[in-house]
Amino acid sequence: MARLLLDRVVITSREEVIVVSKLDNTLQMQQQALTLRANRQQVLAGNIANADTPGYQARDFDFTAALQNALSGRGQGGVVLATTSPRHVPGSMSPGDSGPMRLLYRQTTQPSADGNTVEMDVERAQFAENAFYYEAGLTFLTSRIRTMMTALQGQ
Amino acid sequence: MSLFNAFHVAGSAMTAQSMRLNAVASNLANADSVVSSDGKPYRAKQVVFAATPMGHAAAQGVRVKQVVEDSSPGRLVYDPRNPAANERGYVAMSNVSVVDEMTNMISAARSYQTNVEVMNTAKQLLLKTLALGQ
Repeated sequence: MARLLLDRVVITSREEVIVVSKLDNTLQMQQQALTLRANRQQVLAGNIANADTPGYQARDFDFTAALQNALSGRGQGGVVLATTSPRHVPGSMSPGDSGPMRLLYRQTTQPSADGNTVEMDVERAQFAENAFYYEAGLTFLTSRIRTMMTALQGQ
Repeated sequence: MSLFNAFHVAGSAMTAQSMRLNAVASNLANADSVVSSDGKPYRAKQVVFAATPMGHAAAQGVRVKQVVEDSSPGRLVYDPRNPAANERGYVAMSNVSVVDEMTNMISAARSYQTNVEVMNTAKQLLLKTLALGQ
């Protein structure tokens, strides 16, 4: 009897682990997408802020590629210099902690005379679009959480 | 939380644009100044912006790198009765171009407004994130 009880306890805890990891998997995609959307919002805010800075080049990243990188656990895919001595400088192709996204420079149609490549209409449109997708992600995540709560309550 | 960085970025831009607006106000106010505090004609002041990383490599804010004085020659006005006139009767005025300053002012005001909107959007997104799952 005691052994049977023990078995049951073990099975329950394993099921809990499975449930938790499944919950995690359900929410992970939306979570990564939201984080990347927030990062992109920050990059676009930087572009808008630097609209009058001479020589500033507008930046952005490919959201789809960044999301795929984040979901598969890849980094930014930069090329790192091989070092054979601790005194070597560890160079990398894209310096800075930019995570799964590869920051690129925006192709511009009408660069300014001072070398600034921020086109305000493009940046504003992208900013609004990104904010919309962020809110959409939040809505999806909320509905996922609600679904899970309904399933867990079992009423 | 990277959305807070958007706040900082927009805030730095608003500070920089307000400094630019301050320079414009100073220039317009002194457009007809004959003598500045150093005894020479007033020279127009311009702010120089530079991008500066804020917190995250991807977040580029703005800072005012330096305030430069316009080196273009000032206007010469023929006014022999003016005590500041030279021996040929010309008074050296400031080199402020009022038209340039007005366009500068409009540009600074528009950029400031845009950054206010960026900040508002970031605030809305943060508030909605706080209400996540409810």
